[in-house]
Amino acid sequence: MSVFVNQNSKVIFQGITGEHATFHAKDAIRIGTHVVGGVTPGKGGTRHPDPDLAHLPIFDTVAEAVAATGADVSGVFVPPPFNADALMECIDAGIKVAVTIADGIPIHDMIRLQRFRVGRDTVIIGPNTPGIITPGQCKVGIMPSQIYRKGNVGIVSRSGTLNYEATEQMAALGLGVTTSVGIGGDPVNGTDFLAVLKAFGEDPETEIIVLIGEIGGPQEVAAARWAKANLSKPVVGFVAGVAAPAGRRMGHAGAIIASEADTAAAKMDAMEQLGLYVARNPAQIGATVLRAMRDNSIQPT
Amino acid sequence: MNIHEYQAKELLKSYGVPVPAGGVAFNPYQAAQVAEEVGGSRWVVKAQIHAGGRGKAGGVKLAASIDEVKKVADAMIGTRLVTHQTGPDGSVVQRVWVEHASQIKQEFYLGFVIDRGCQRITVIACSEGGVDIEEVAKVAPGKIITEVVDPAIGLRDFQCRKVATAIGLKGRLMPQMVKLMKSIYRCMRDRDALQAEINPLAVVAGEEDQLMVLDAKFNFDDNALYRQRQITEMRDLAEEDHKEVEASGHGLNYIALDGNIGCIVNGAGLAMATLDAITLHGGRPANFLDVGGGASPEKVTNACRIVLEDPSVRCILVNIFAGINRCDWIAKGLIQACDALKIQVPLVVRLAGTNVEEGRKILAQSGLSFITAENLDAAAAKAVATVNG
Repeated sequence: MSVFVNQNSKVIFQGITGEHATFHAKDAIRIGTHVVGGVTPGKGGTRHPDPDLAHLPIFDTVAEAVAATGADVSGVFVPPPFNADALMECIDAGIKVAVTIADGIPIHDMIRLQRFRVGRDTVIIGPNTPGIITPGQCKVGIMPSQIYRKGNVGIVSRSGTLNYEATEQMAALGLGVTTSVGIGGDPVNGTDFLAVLKAFGEDPETEIIVLIGEIGGPQEVAAARWAKANLSKPVVGFVAGVAAPAGRRMGHAGAIIASEADTAAAKMDAMEQLGLYVARNPAQIGATVLRAMRDNSIQPT
Repeated sequence: MNIHEYQAKELLKSYGVPVPAGGVAFNPYQAAQVAEEVGGSRWVVKAQIHAGGRGKAGGVKLAASIDEVKKVADAMIGTRLVTHQTGPDGSVVQRVWVEHASQIKQEFYLGFVIDRGCQRITVIACSEGGVDIEEVAKVAPGKIITEVVDPAIGLRDFQCRKVATAIGLKGRLMPQMVKLMKSIYRCMRDRDALQAEINPLAVVAGEEDQLMVLDAKFNFDDNALYRQRQITEMRDLAEEDHKEVEASGHGLNYIALDGNIGCIVNGAGLAMATLDAITLHGGRPANFLDVGGGASPEKVTNACRIVLEDPSVRCILVNIFAGINRCDWIAKGLIQACDALKIQVPLVVRLAGTNVEEGRKILAQSGLSFITAENLDAAAAKAVATVNG
């Protein structure tokens, strides 16, 4: 099992004829992802110039792609100015999971998108995320696939590279993942920590969860509070940015300390009080997961 | 992106929001001219820098004659204003805003922010003006009124009336408040603002009492500047850190800190975690630097150059976990940088992810003395050891 995407997911790539989408669609296929087609407005019915992708049908609209292929997942490789529109197109076409990699979507576009989504079921992963991967089954994103091995740990993070860091630390200890979800570094994101924790909570194969946050916003603590009240699985938390100065945007649009509750220390203190395992040192995330597994008699898989 | 108070007032005025009559001046003569045009007998001269806390630092002065306006402006322009927000170096005052001095009867706080919890624009109001709203939220949270805006519907009249009533605006002032709030909301939405803070909003005495914006602060979404030409033109590079501006021109995200270990990392989260790891080992990072994805050798060289421009840097820690990056490109970039910049400080390098073996090989075969590290912990420990050892 896994969350959001698995071997049955039928994946399309929006913007598939672009350089990045081409590269990552090929990698997705390499790890076993069931890619069924692509969308590039104006290029419907043409052939992809890359021989490895030439077998895939290309459509002008997501609705056509869904009708013809039964696609239910989309990797949205569309430039930031047009990205929110592409996501709305996914929602309109009934896509179940849309993953948006773009870094730089205007925040007001995301506010409108979140309003458009109300009452509909599409899960939006991102923006500004490395994407999502269920090792050996499905990858929609830009992460280095080779570091992800199958296991029973669910990972959710804001940061991409910090997700890789934690994954590698775990792999060195023999720990693999069910699904890794990047919720992205933007202040308004489609799926928050809480939604991913809920999904991991319902996934029988995920036995322990790692939540990797950073400075700015209330999401980490809201998720920890929910976990304490509702989740029987252990959660390991880390929050980056203890050394970050207040009032500065640290690379991610959402990584800014605007109040005391936004600091890494305050978030990790709150997590600890809510009963999470907290790794205070970014180099100890893997070791903390292992300790939590031993405490809870969870076998590494 | 931030703008000056005078730009915020001009922007609000274009949306029909009442602001005091005034104008911007780059020298004392212009200041006097503005005062004459504005008329009246009392004026306020306000230093235009982006940082807050100007009043307490002497950046806001009252003048009772045209001559005094000129004198005050002369004293302000060209000086360094140090406020609690500028840092010890302060900010040079390049221009002043001269406005008609209002007779203030009452002050309020009015803010428009994007609430990250509900992911919508939220209005924050308080019956006390000129306050630090964070402080009020802590000490007397009951004094703060909030109203969330549905982006599909927009800010409604009844919501504005709720806010007006809660802060005690009655009679003729209530419809004024409704109009003012809706105009500011429209401005925020249309101009891709992240924040609009009116502090204070005031009831000003005149023939009839009137609501007026006495100070305004705006922050705009950098990601939306491509569609906000008028806002982009308001950018004042003199108010920004020149190194950060230069770095962003190279696609690098750089923030200066006060330590001595320079950092070059890919990804914001890993970059923050690298600073944290250095701190945990007892070291002090000199900067935050995210090289981003797809870092070419040239980009890496530029990153080294920018980090080394800080004279306190005594070691550089390079921490790369390549996803869409390539470790071999990073390694080539580091070798180019060593060659081009004649780097004298130790370079601690940790590579992981895409093409890591090629990257390590390139470093090993270069004949240069890189200090390599297998993981984040070792990298931080080695970097700290080079400066503390």
